[in-house]
Formats: sequence, structure tokens, C-alpha cells
Amino acid sequence: MTVPTAATGYRLTEDQRDLRDAIRLLADERIAPRAAEIDRTAEFPTDVRELLANHDILGLPFAVEYGGVGGDLLSVCLAIEAISRVCATSALILAVQELGSLPIVLAGSAEQRDRWLPDLASGRHLIAFALTEAEAGSDAAAARTRAVRDGDAYVINGSKRFISQGNIADLITVFAVTDPEAGRHRNLSCFVVEKGMPGFSAPRLEHKMGIRGSPTAELAFVDVRVPTANRVGEEGDGFSIAMRTLDRSRPAIAAQAVGIAQGALEVAAKYATERRQFGRPIGDFQLIQGMLADMDAATESARQLLYKACTEIEAGSPDASRWSALCKLVAGDAAMRVTTDAVQVLGGYGYIDEFPVERMMRDAKITQLYEGTQQIQRLVIARALLGRD
Amino acid sequence: MRIVVLTKPVPDPAAGQERLTSQGRVDRAASPAVVNGNDEYALEAALKLVEASPDGGEVTLLSMAPAAAPDTMRKALAMGATRGVLVTDPGLEGSDTLSTARVLAAALRTLEYDLVLAGADTSDGGGGVVPAAVAAILGLPYLSYAATIEPEDGKVRVRRLSPTGYDVIEAPLPALVVATQVLGEPRYPSLKGIMGARGKEVATRTLAELELGDVPVGGDAATTKLTGSTKPPQRGAARVVRGPAAEAAKEVVDFLAQRRLI
Repeated sequence: MTVPTAATGYRLTEDQRDLRDAIRLLADERIAPRAAEIDRTAEFPTDVRELLANHDILGLPFAVEYGGVGGDLLSVCLAIEAISRVCATSALILAVQELGSLPIVLAGSAEQRDRWLPDLASGRHLIAFALTEAEAGSDAAAARTRAVRDGDAYVINGSKRFISQGNIADLITVFAVTDPEAGRHRNLSCFVVEKGMPGFSAPRLEHKMGIRGSPTAELAFVDVRVPTANRVGEEGDGFSIAMRTLDRSRPAIAAQAVGIAQGALEVAAKYATERRQFGRPIGDFQLIQGMLADMDAATESARQLLYKACTEIEAGSPDASRWSALCKLVAGDAAMRVTTDAVQVLGGYGYIDEFPVERMMRDAKITQLYEGTQQIQRLVIARALLGRD
Repeated sequence: MRIVVLTKPVPDPAAGQERLTSQGRVDRAASPAVVNGNDEYALEAALKLVEASPDGGEVTLLSMAPAAAPDTMRKALAMGATRGVLVTDPGLEGSDTLSTARVLAAALRTLEYDLVLAGADTSDGGGGVVPAAVAAILGLPYLSYAATIEPEDGKVRVRRLSPTGYDVIEAPLPALVVATQVLGEPRYPSLKGIMGARGKEVATRTLAELELGDVPVGGDAATTKLTGSTKPPQRGAARVVRGPAAEAAKEVVDFLAQRRLI
């Protein structure tokens, strides 16, 4: 199978390095001091949202013509990785902005892009992505939220669950069934619902194990009238739009996972140089060195796979789904493993909130679950290997 | 409002690798270079002045540095400076503060400006005299330790920090003002600033392009010579007091009382 070769070497470009370094500095100085409090209070950090908006970071995924920075997928992932290193919740603000807007970017009309993207690029508006329902998680095509055509509008009824930022977003890309009789992959359509539309509400928030500062909402739609002009793509395109979106958004989650792993690794390594037992720093002991080395190997391999996947996907690889699933699978497992080992290296201190690794471990788990569980990623990869559709 | 900001690339203090070469010069290869911290405060003040000026304006960075300096200038350009001017020449290696001042003054003579801003001193040399020397050579009014800078109709008014408070001093433009950290934290460059920095002009000048007359500059003309250096003795282990304010205060008071310091 031939893949178009992108003219890239194995090193980041100067722009990508500058960007990564600048965001890392911002994250270290302005976001890191807030991370523990964000987790403890489980409050959405509006100050971090403003910080990201003011520094054009929320504009990174958007084209320059919409007021964005025009960053490629790798640049977006570098940003998410740099922020996740200190605060997974804060990084999610950028990741969700990208995820929610991808349907518009990939399948929206020129008029829709002009209408919505500039305020998203500036960070004035937030957007969320509403595909999952209580009975439709991995089985996304089993969604039941219904959109019925009525004149020049659609009337939407149903509910969504586990929607990141669903209660605070100004726009929500919602996937609803327009044709119950159509096959599994042609029954859904994609709509943009605007906060404040009558009948739309976010009645509940979940209490979560990790990424606690990111509000995860249940959404309710009761006779919500959405103009036809808010339908993205044609009727029946919904599933395809969702899958193409996930091909580009899964690397962002892999980036979050790599960042979390890196942050945990650094805390553990520093601790090993400072903590003394039996008269020496515990970093002198081979059992600790072995763990740290394995943690670094896991993190670095996840990182390099992520960067390669971003490059391939950006270059238009027909294997995008496989790259996307591979990097998310490897990175999510790496993050869980590295953070668990980081707690282990810190011993009892790793279990208490005086050190950040217990939070990082709780944060890491979600990267194995959302935007497709690890099991779904494996199905996607196997499908590519076995030549199935 | 046209402002020139004097900037110097220095070894990154955060990298902890500052050291001297065997010739007693700053080892610039030991760690990546960053813009001198105090210069960033001067640059921030310059950017704010231009933003507040009804006619707008431009901020030009001026540096005397080794040839690799455009990379460090990029961050300062990303903060919002319009362009950079770099004086670089192999003959300048080993220059002392007097040479530096002469060269910067000569470069300033080729530029048009209302105000020159500078940081108080550098994290590597720590001399703190170059801005004053530049002002003296050019005959510019010199306003130091500025806590506020207010340009107004061909003049500039500055609150100069003093041990007892501040003085208010005023001078006609063009003038040279030395910034303090009180002027305000330097901004982080925005991403658009970072992407745009590469497209901004950094003009280089060699010694031959500056009118220095017969005045000698560079390592051979150095009037100071480093004869030796030692590291300060290691301090003993520090005791760090953490915890809620009330308990921490008690611990500090007990510590001082035990040593009969209070």
C-alpha cells in the first residue's frame, strides 16, 4: 500500500520548537500553579481558558483566514502535550475546541465556516462535540437522538451523555438520527446547536475520577428547532463526519496522554534524586532505575509514534485511521502505566495529594476511554491489517 | 514614538550552566542564550509606550552580540518588536563594557529614535554601566531606575526609584531611560507573534559599517582584565519553613529567638 511521502525529517521544525517552548513556559509559569486547585475544586478554570485565548493558543487549530494561527496537527498536539504535562484538564480546553470544530472544518459549507470559525479561533466561543449517548458509546451508530425535518428546520429530541464542556459551550456539534430506516452508517446527520436555543439544556454534570476541572455534561434536547442552515454536510453524512473527525482528534488525546506521562516521569525522577533511604538517594537503587528507564521508554515511544502519526495524517495518508488509532492506543496505555509507576516510585507520598502523581494517575485513565476505548482502537487497527472495511 | 531597546543575549540563568572559559570569558556555548531578563522589562515598557501612543510607533532592538544572536532576538521580536539591528563582528570578541558602549553608541547614530530603553544590568556581566556610558558618549539625557515612564510633547518624565521613595525627573527627547522591573512583567509572546517573528527584519552591521573613528574596540582594547575567579563557598543546608501562615510564623520566630536575634 503506497502512502504519499511528506517531505519531513525526524526533527521538529524551528516553528514547532519555538511554539512548543513558548507554550511550555506559559504552562509552567501560569497553569502549573493552578493544577492542584483545579482538580480539588473541580471547577472549570475560566482563567486558563482566557489565558489560552489571549495567547492565540485556542486559535492554533484554525486557519489564518478565520483569525487562527494555522497550526498543523502536530503543532496542535505539541501544544496539548506541553499543557498536559502540568494540567490535563487545562489541555482539554484546547483539545475539545479542536474536536468540536472539526465537523465544521471538515464538512461545513463556506458560509458555515465563515459564520462560526472566527469566534472559535479567537476563543470568544467554546464548542463541544456531542455524539455519545447513554446507550451509544462504542456503538456510536446506535444513537437515538432524533432530528425530524420540519419545513426549514429540524426538530431535535433526545439526550447525550459524557459531553465534555457541554454545559458551557456556546456551540455544540450534535449527531442525531435523520433516517432511522437507513443502514447503520447512513442514519445520522450532524447539526450545530447553539446555547440558548429553546429546549436545549445541560441538566447534569458527572463527578469523575480525573480531569475533574473539565465539566462533563448530560445534554437534553426537547423539541429543539435548529435551522437547516445549521446542518453540517448532507443528511446521512453524520457517521462519516464523526469518523473523519476522530481520525484527527484521537492524536490530540494521545498528546494529552504523552504529556501526562512526561509530567509524571519528571516528578518521579526528581523525587528519586531527593528522597533518601538507607543512607542514599533512592535513585541509586537499580529497582528504581529500572522503573524510571521503562517509564521513559514508554513515554518516548508513545511520543515518537504520535509525532509520526500527526505527520502522516496531515500529509493526507489513506492510512489515517490506522495511524490515529495506533498513537492513541499506545499513548493511553503508556500514560496509565507511567503514572501508576510514578505513584509507585513515590511510595506513600505518591498516594497523597501533596504530590501531583496521584492526580496524574487519575487523569491518565480517561485517555484509555474517551474518543474510542482502547478496545475500539484495536478493532480499527485490525480492520486496516485485515483489509476489511 | 520610535523606541530603541538595547538587548543582550546571555546564557540562560535558568539552565544553571553559567561558567567561564579558560580565558576568563563567558562561555556562551555552555547553555542556550536567552534575552537578558532586565532587557525584557525594558522591551515590555517600550511595547506598552508604543501601544499607548496616539501616533503608534515602532520598537527596534539593538544588540552587540555573536553572529548567532538573531535566534535570541526572535523571542523579543515575537513579543512585538518591529525589527532588530545586530552589530556582529569577529573583532568584537572579548569586548569590555567600554567597547560595548562605544559600539552601541555608534550603531545608535545610524538609527532614528525618540527614546532609548535599556535594562539595568545583565545576568552574565552584571556591570550595569553600559546604558550610562552610551548616554554619555551620545550626549543623551540619562534617566535611570525608572518606575514609570511618561512621554509628553517632546519630553519624557520618569519616576526614578531612590532608597527613600522616588524622584520625578524630566528631560527633552531624545533621551535614554533605564528600566526597572517595577514597570511591569514582560508579556509572553502570543503564538501569532512567534510565527510572525521569523518574517521580521534583523539587519546586521559589521565594525566596518559603523563610524568609530580611531577609537579601539574589541578584545585587544579591553581596559579591564579578569585575573581570576572562584565559586562562592557552599552554603549550609537551608531549613525551609512550610505550612499555614500562623504556624510558619511561629516557627520563624522561635528560630530567630533561639539564636537571640530577636
